[in-house]
Amino acid sequence: MGFEGAMPEISLSINGAQVTGTVEGRTLLVEFIRETMKLTGTHTGCDTSQCGACTVHLDGKAVKSCTMLAVQADGAEVTTIEGLAPEGEMNPMQQAFNDHHGLQCGFCTPGMVMRAMALVAENPDPTEAEVRHGLEGNICRCTGYQNIVAAVLDGAKALRG
Amino acid sequence: MEEFTYTRPATADDATGAHSAAEDAMYMAGGQTLIPVLKQGLAMPTDVVDLNRVDDLAGIQVTGDAVTIGAMTRHAVVAASAEVKGAIPALTVLAGGIGDAQVRNRGTMGGSLANNDPSADYPSAVLGLGATVTTNQREIPADEFFDGMFATNLEDGELIKSVTYPIPEKAGYAKFPNPASRYALVGVFVAKTAGGVRVAVTGAGQDGVFRPAEVEAALSADFSAAALDGVTVPADDLMTDMHAAADYRAHLIVVMAKRAVNQANGQG
Ligand SMILES: Cc1cc2nc3c(=O)[nH]c(=O)nc-3n(C[C@H](O)[C@H](O)[C@H](O)COP(=O)(O)OP(=O)(O)OC[C@H]3O[C@@H](n4cnc5c(N)ncnc54)[C@H](O)[C@@H]3O)c2cc1C
Repeated sequence: MGFEGAMPEISLSINGAQVTGTVEGRTLLVEFIRETMKLTGTHTGCDTSQCGACTVHLDGKAVKSCTMLAVQADGAEVTTIEGLAPEGEMNPMQQAFNDHHGLQCGFCTPGMVMRAMALVAENPDPTEAEVRHGLEGNICRCTGYQNIVAAVLDGAKALRG
Repeated sequence: MEEFTYTRPATADDATGAHSAAEDAMYMAGGQTLIPVLKQGLAMPTDVVDLNRVDDLAGIQVTGDAVTIGAMTRHAVVAASAEVKGAIPALTVLAGGIGDAQVRNRGTMGGSLANNDPSADYPSAVLGLGATVTTNQREIPADEFFDGMFATNLEDGELIKSVTYPIPEKAGYAKFPNPASRYALVGVFVAKTAGGVRVAVTGAGQDGVFRPAEVEAALSADFSAAALDGVTVPADDLMTDMHAAADYRAHLIVVMAKRAVNQANGQG
């Protein structure tokens, strides 16, 4: 049946490193990432499953880590914004957000970049409409999205090489 | 979120067993509704029985006359399924328009039906196609499954295992999404089936998904968008909330029905 006790022990890969931890059943994946693993690039925005600031990849797919239990990631591969490029460097999507100033306050940016990376993995050459549809789960309260969409289109181009 | 005991069964039998052994259990499917509900303290189960590792609940089977989809099949999987698209393209349109990409990667058909949100998309496909819901106990016809807002005829602990959708001659789904949540402000599923025309409306009814008699009658006579010119739907039993008034929803039902019929007829 799996876990008998109140405190399940989980083992998962985060950004390529195998980690083990004890959680409560109710511990959210975002809490485990931020508070136990101290990976604070993943942001909790609304905490009501709307805004997408907490988006990470679970086995390659974008999910809202505030709307998943940590124990459900047991055995999975999780990638956070910190896993996209080595410390001090930026991957092409991050660079595109920088080049196009696809942000103002920056709070939504990690989730935007993670969602954009998953979108481009599924659809390497998206149209502007596909980018806008693909980002529906990520809310930005500053930019009006223009520069974010431009950044994703350019980041996709850079990733196609 | 309050504490609960978490279990992770591997089979449907273990899941129903764990549910009945617990004091006050809830199943968790994609968690896209349940986790927000738990965070707000709107439900405080003693036990959460996670269905995510029950592999006999996921998957898609298409036969000559029906599409059967396992309860744990995620919206993104249905949306991307070439088999479903080949048999009932309106279902892939519907699944691909639920919420957003992240929600579709977790949310499941069974969870959506058990929840029966009055603005959810799947209930309209189940009612519109006259599908059958298979649980661990019985088979429930669509016309008997839904029981008003956020309510179904599922018994406590009854587990949805799959849904079987008869393949229609043609079908279409159109929704006017709430611009903020993407839920249906009004969504209309139309189907021309061997047994006649069926239409189901979500997002509008005070008692959840329903079949609008006026629209069904007009489309039974002539399955075309033009047949709906001048047809009106009474606003009496429709919802009024901060997003839209009942008469606006009544108007949208006919507009969305026309779009759904055009889609079914391959006209956009
Ligand atoms: C931002 C956002 C936008 C959304 N937009 C839409 C939208 O546009 N359209 C739409 O239709 N939905 C929308 N949803 C809801 C989404 O589709 C959910 O996935 C769905 O309502 C619930 O499915 P779930 O698998 O997540 O179930 P859960 O949240 O895990 O469970 C929901 C309920 O169903 C019960 N349950 C789950 N599985 C079973 C089963 N097999 N048998 C019996 N009971 C079961 C649970 O106990 C619980 O009570 C949205 C959600 C979010 C967060």
